[in-house]
Amino acid sequence: MLSREQAATIFDRIKKLSSSDEVEVLFSGGKFALTRFANNTIHQNVEEENHIVSVRTVFGGRTARATTNKFDDDSLRRVVESSEALAKVQHPDPDLLPMPDSREAAGESHLRSDQASGSPIPTRAVPTRYFEQTAAITPQIRAASVKKIVKVAQGNKITTAGIFSSSESVEGIFNSRGLSEWHSQTLAEVSITMLGADSSGWQKANSPDVTNLDPLRMAEVAAKKALASAHPAEVPPGKYTVILEPSAALDIVGFMFWDYSGMSILDQRSFLTGRIGSKLFGENITIWDDVTHPLQAGSPFDGEGMRRLRVPLVENGVIKRVVYARATAERMKRSEQKDKAGPIEPTGHGFPLPNETGEMPLNIVFAAPQNPQSLAQMIASTERGVLITRLWYIREVDPYEKIVTGMTRDGTFLVENGKIKQGVRNFRFNESLIHMLSNVESMSVPLRACGEESFDMVVPAMKIRDFNFTEVTKF
Amino acid sequence: MKQVANWALDVATMRGASYSDARIVSQRSRALTTKNGKVGSASDAESVGMSVRVIADGAWGFAASEDLSRPGVEATAARAVEIARASALVKLQDIRLAPEKSVTAEWTTPYAIDPFAISVEENIALLLKIDSELCAVAGITLAETNLNFNREEQWFLSSEGSDIHQTKYSAGAGYTAYAFAGNEIQKRSYPNSYGGQWQSKGYELIEELKLVENARRIAEEAVALHRAEQCPEGTFDLILDSSQLGLQIHESIGHPIELDRVLGMEANFAGTSFLTLDKLRTLRYGSEMVNVVADARQEHGPGLGTFAYDDEGVPAQCTPIITRGLFTGYLSSRETAHTIGENRSGGTLRAEGWNRLPMIRMTNISLLPGEKPLSREQLIASTDHGILMQTNRSWSIDDRRYNFQFGCEIGWEIKHGKPVRMVKNPSYSGITTEFWNALDAICSREEWTLWGTPNCGKGQPQQVMGTGHGAAPSRFRQIKVGSAYKGS
Repeated sequence: MLSREQAATIFDRIKKLSSSDEVEVLFSGGKFALTRFANNTIHQNVEEENHIVSVRTVFGGRTARATTNKFDDDSLRRVVESSEALAKVQHPDPDLLPMPDSREAAGESHLRSDQASGSPIPTRAVPTRYFEQTAAITPQIRAASVKKIVKVAQGNKITTAGIFSSSESVEGIFNSRGLSEWHSQTLAEVSITMLGADSSGWQKANSPDVTNLDPLRMAEVAAKKALASAHPAEVPPGKYTVILEPSAALDIVGFMFWDYSGMSILDQRSFLTGRIGSKLFGENITIWDDVTHPLQAGSPFDGEGMRRLRVPLVENGVIKRVVYARATAERMKRSEQKDKAGPIEPTGHGFPLPNETGEMPLNIVFAAPQNPQSLAQMIASTERGVLITRLWYIREVDPYEKIVTGMTRDGTFLVENGKIKQGVRNFRFNESLIHMLSNVESMSVPLRACGEESFDMVVPAMKIRDFNFTEVTKF
Repeated sequence: MKQVANWALDVATMRGASYSDARIVSQRSRALTTKNGKVGSASDAESVGMSVRVIADGAWGFAASEDLSRPGVEATAARAVEIARASALVKLQDIRLAPEKSVTAEWTTPYAIDPFAISVEENIALLLKIDSELCAVAGITLAETNLNFNREEQWFLSSEGSDIHQTKYSAGAGYTAYAFAGNEIQKRSYPNSYGGQWQSKGYELIEELKLVENARRIAEEAVALHRAEQCPEGTFDLILDSSQLGLQIHESIGHPIELDRVLGMEANFAGTSFLTLDKLRTLRYGSEMVNVVADARQEHGPGLGTFAYDDEGVPAQCTPIITRGLFTGYLSSRETAHTIGENRSGGTLRAEGWNRLPMIRMTNISLLPGEKPLSREQLIASTDHGILMQTNRSWSIDDRRYNFQFGCEIGWEIKHGKPVRMVKNPSYSGITTEFWNALDAICSREEWTLWGTPNCGKGQPQQVMGTGHGAAPSRFRQIKVGSAYKGS
């Protein structure tokens, strides 16, 4: 693993090689390993180590980036030359700001202005996200866990497929104005599908700390779902009350967070264009972006090294604000949309420059409801509805009404008279996220969840009325 | 590089591997974008490294590293063997590889103009010219363009004696014009959405695409969509333009024929397939007109799935997938070929880069053109009442590849053989086999285009791969249209 000290030395070498006005170097990489199983056997088992150095140079308002995974003198010289050659032929960008120094990156000035506007954004330290137990996972340890998962499948006369992965990674940024940030993290992830003859069940979880994962219990839950959903009935499409387990909830709501971006508003491609300050969702929906949350993961700084601030995105259904990279905030202040854009300040959510997408909130945290309901309580209070384990292949149908389509998968159940009645064939939905988040009847305590369609979040299970299923598939 | 690969193979053999291969890959890419008159991103990237894939104790192991020093390479090979032995702890049977003759070969993508020899100034000037054409149309609120070039040089050596050196080039370009007004965002893209057209070619592809010439029309269509009526809901004859049909092939034929999916190896993520083994040579996949091949050979064209050898040293092949409507073939590998009674791999194993395990990927999965002469105009003229849809806007299909729904950027209602009005937000849906059995007309060779899909995701960790899809405009009878907006 590349250390901060080694990275600092490489940065010094790059700085000496560059003749640019400013230079910024991003580091990323680490070790990643994944054991994959299917049909009750390990069929793929991989490990890689790789580090990347990415150099951005600036000449008189012109900037560009070049990247390599080789750190020898020739490679570093070549990557600097590539970055400089690309930068020099760009057109000057009037929106390009000088690179931030350490003080600006720490966000002190932004805190002051937010407090002045009556919306303080407190800072908290990011908890440790590097755990020795996770870094020490071996192929043998992963295989031992897989063996237990397979045993659950075999005990139930079904088969299993899934993964157990582990990684340790670093992320760093240095620039010629003295900024220097570094983040180390581990992550372990387990995903399990149990397959019966005509049914399946699924569970997935990850954490920087592997001791938070319980693969055996996950296997038992997935197997129970597969068995309980056997011989699925065909139920006609239509509007149903649905109960989305947390992974299903995150996979569908994740499709709206690209729009909580100043650049997306400037580009008029966000469904929030003209809607900031409006009440779009139900009173019970409050959403933050908060990298410091104990159940979150990721680095506390953005692609320019700016400290990620805690940002209230939605408060009691009202769209409060969007996130901003530094340059986006400056552009928004000069734009015709500035009066409809909510508070305009850099929030530390920018992507590495140069880019065309600006920024995005990546550490979503749903606020706990006043009266949290467990999944069991949600089912018990449902006269007729559908319990959904997982959603799949979600895509945007309408960008402004935020209609998305997708399928249910791996554990879809009919609920009647407060009880799970039976498994049902999977549905296709076409549902507006605005409509959906206005119809949330109850939520569980939010927890760290992961899916396949969106990024990890702290999100509750949700019971939603009038969810729009338009078709049913063959299984 | 061969010496480096041999260090790995020697250590793997010494440690007890019964089979090993080493791939050293050097990748170079350039990505340029513009947005509303400015360069959006400009980046060059290179990545070099090596992976070692082994069978030891009858199970797979794979390790990859950026470190090409002799100690680094030998440690990576030893690690791969150790991982294989860990795999063997949860094993039901030993891996079986279909036999393959060893080969020594060199191959490079045929190209006329090295894309990296064209100056970045010229690249940016082209994109900004397109941008200015798009933004010149009143009502356009966002214009985006992109230009991408890739070069991948690979040395593949195996313990069976293969020694293959391939250099592959690809290029891609496209643009999108957005129009926001009222409560609606409409867009049009050219030559295709989500990155445009991609092929295994040099810079000559960019010159062939007529990017600037089409920009004004595309922007005008994006604005005009705001005045168009909503696509009607109901059952209609459907004509798909070739790029949308290319994606339809990708999703509802290309993925379900992947044998690893069929065998359950992708069940946890990408899903399985309705094409269970009993369906080979028994399932009526489509109508008599449907002929589909998986063809990685150079003679099929410059698709993103064109190569000389796959990433386990198997020569490029053409496999009949659907023959006069009958399902006749899967995409296979050396490990999976025996499950369908074949004694040779179909040659479809590919990896995203040096640090990824090769897996079954689509090559060029193409619907062959109609045998009788039929132009697009003649196809429309022979349609009494239908909807023509162009350019993908959204795509979704279930995890066994039965139920799909696609949205397109623009539609045209056809009455009595003529397009009578533009319609917005068109979508259609169906069940894969029902849909392909509803095909009753395919345009002929002159309307056929080999489209590139640069962003096909599969595997854990996920790998992104380029695939090719040849298609000509085609008609499908009585298809469900408009359900994407039903009930909303």
